[in-house]
Amino acid sequence: MDSEIRIGKWVEELVSFMLDHFQSTFDAIATVVNGFGGAIDYVLVGAPAWLLIGLIVAISLWRVGVGFAVFTVAALLLIAGMGLWTETASTLGLVLTATLLSLLVGVPLGVWMARSRVVESIVRTTLDFMQTMPAFVYLIPAVMFFGLGRVPGILATVIFAMPPAVRLTSLGIQQVPAEIVEAGKAFGCHDRQLLFKVQLPNALPSIMAGVNQTMMMALSMIVIASMIGAGGLGNVVLQGIQRLDIALGFESGLSVVLLAIVLDRITQSFGRTASVPRPVRFAFLRRFLPVPAR
Amino acid sequence: MNTMMRSAVSVGGPASLGFPRGAARTSIGDDAAVRLEVRNVYKIFSADPKPALSMLRQGASKAEVLEKLNVNVGVLDASFQVRAGEIFVIMGLSGSGKSTMIRLLNRLIEPSSGEILLDGKDLVSMSKADLIQARRRNMGMVFQSFALMPHLSALDNAAFGLEISGVSKAERHKAAQQALEQVGLGTYASRYPREMSGGMQQRVGLARALANDPTILLMDEAFSALDPLIRTEMQDELLRLQREHQRTIVFISHDLDEAMRIGDRIAIMEGGRIVQVGTPYEILSRPADDYVRSFFRNVDASKVLRAGDVARYEATNTVIRLPGELAPALQQLRENHHNFGYVRTQDGRFEGVVSQTTLERELKGPQPRFINAFLPDVRTVNAATPVHALLALVADTEWPVPVVDDDHNFLGAISRALMLHTLVRGD
Repeated sequence: MDSEIRIGKWVEELVSFMLDHFQSTFDAIATVVNGFGGAIDYVLVGAPAWLLIGLIVAISLWRVGVGFAVFTVAALLLIAGMGLWTETASTLGLVLTATLLSLLVGVPLGVWMARSRVVESIVRTTLDFMQTMPAFVYLIPAVMFFGLGRVPGILATVIFAMPPAVRLTSLGIQQVPAEIVEAGKAFGCHDRQLLFKVQLPNALPSIMAGVNQTMMMALSMIVIASMIGAGGLGNVVLQGIQRLDIALGFESGLSVVLLAIVLDRITQSFGRTASVPRPVRFAFLRRFLPVPAR
Repeated sequence: MNTMMRSAVSVGGPASLGFPRGAARTSIGDDAAVRLEVRNVYKIFSADPKPALSMLRQGASKAEVLEKLNVNVGVLDASFQVRAGEIFVIMGLSGSGKSTMIRLLNRLIEPSSGEILLDGKDLVSMSKADLIQARRRNMGMVFQSFALMPHLSALDNAAFGLEISGVSKAERHKAAQQALEQVGLGTYASRYPREMSGGMQQRVGLARALANDPTILLMDEAFSALDPLIRTEMQDELLRLQREHQRTIVFISHDLDEAMRIGDRIAIMEGGRIVQVGTPYEILSRPADDYVRSFFRNVDASKVLRAGDVARYEATNTVIRLPGELAPALQQLRENHHNFGYVRTQDGRFEGVVSQTTLERELKGPQPRFINAFLPDVRTVNAATPVHALLALVADTEWPVPVVDDDHNFLGAISRALMLHTLVRGD
């Protein structure tokens, strides 16, 4: 079909223009992301499985409770038993990298959005637009600018997973009760103190909900990003599809689901207790102690 | 303090007013220094307040401006003075602009026009940095919803203002602990707001405002969210704190009883305007217009008024100053057709009550002395006593009951006739 309006052609020219003139910028981004992702991957994949599993179980115990810790042990041992531990560790690394980068950009953007009408309208429109796009579409510019491999996978994931971090940070700050903000000002906060001592602490539950959402979206996207060579569990899922290998497909899919549940519950717990600063953390230990007489 | 009181009594024009102003609650004289002065302040809620301002200055009403320009007027030509050491209550119904008014005082809301002078310095034209310094040094604020930081303990909440000012941790915790002790929460320092009742939370709110020892305390409906019993308790607490350490307090309230109870002076707002400013007694006895009158229609005067509000000084009683002679005193009583005379020292202290009979008897003796002419069993009443607690005493006492302040200075006396007159308020 020969169309009259050649948007595709113009975009292609724009991309090649950017590639010609900003190659060094893209290289720099790629180097940073690759270094960052590589370091996390090196630690997680390199660490012995029992150590990493033990660590995750400990966090489950600390943040959620005994019941969930038992589930975590079973889930992670099942993954290891299916022979998918290395891939899972790699996916975990990719998710953490993408989530951290999303927050690094998303939280400040959310703060800026909450403080400026103009920024808010621009960012809100952009986010709406981004969220209507199918996840696959994010892969195209990533591949165009960064080729194949881990870096475009992570960057596509960062773009895809960022919106909740931005939105919920902004929402959290805007929802801080007016009188609390007034109290901050009335006692002489300047702008930065108002942000760091009043608005951010009060917005923390909302921001943590954003972290949870971002991480979940990052996990789903990083599996898709295996199509451009991001690696990890997604690769195995892709193999299962390509070979019509039901067993492999199911095992890898199950691993993704189990990892998702563990990450979800742990990050949720941070959101829940963000507004509860008391040390409830070791409350579970009391169950093992004899009940003290009152 | 003592001198202020005396001058309030002697300068306060008892002959013209008939009663000492505000003497019942604290010893704020008319000549007390003005701490905060509001001059012709307007607040228009609009990006461009000019058209609304010019309309208002030509006499348009709030409603007219809203209709013509679709612009909300918060405060309209407000002017008043708050004196050092007094509790100044701004009272009005919701929508009267009182919450806007208090936020103009520390520029949480920017005034559209006018001047707000704190110790003579204009806050409105002040730079942002100076304003922040003024807020940190001079002003504390207490909010209706408490507005505590949920992530901070009571101690850290109380220390909040000091933390913002950059006071070291040890120092600010010490000050915060003292502030918590002042409001009776010394042992609750490690509690978090959600672990405390509303009353306790507001005590923390008060401690936060007291911790940096501000000279002006802004209280925005501070006790309105509390249930009635706790509210009364907090009012007493505030009055107690005020007795211990006099601060200048601007208190917003929609509750008339509260305003009457704690206010040295009250400003009544309606539709963004200040309708009347005066002591509770002044407003009660001479409401400026029907709006103010309707406010006070259901007020039980005997509960609102204190002995000090009612006590009349020289106009209706014969006051005898010591040192002096008995004969002229008797002469004075006869001329005034008064049976009883109230003896006070030169610096105002109440000494006793004499009657024509006791003076005559004493004058017949060899060495006439006032002290021997005093009536026995004279009971004095503190100025802060509510009138309803006096009814029985006044009814049972032959002479007008003398009223004194905390320093035992004579403020006046309450006769049966005066009491009755007060209760029917000359309607």
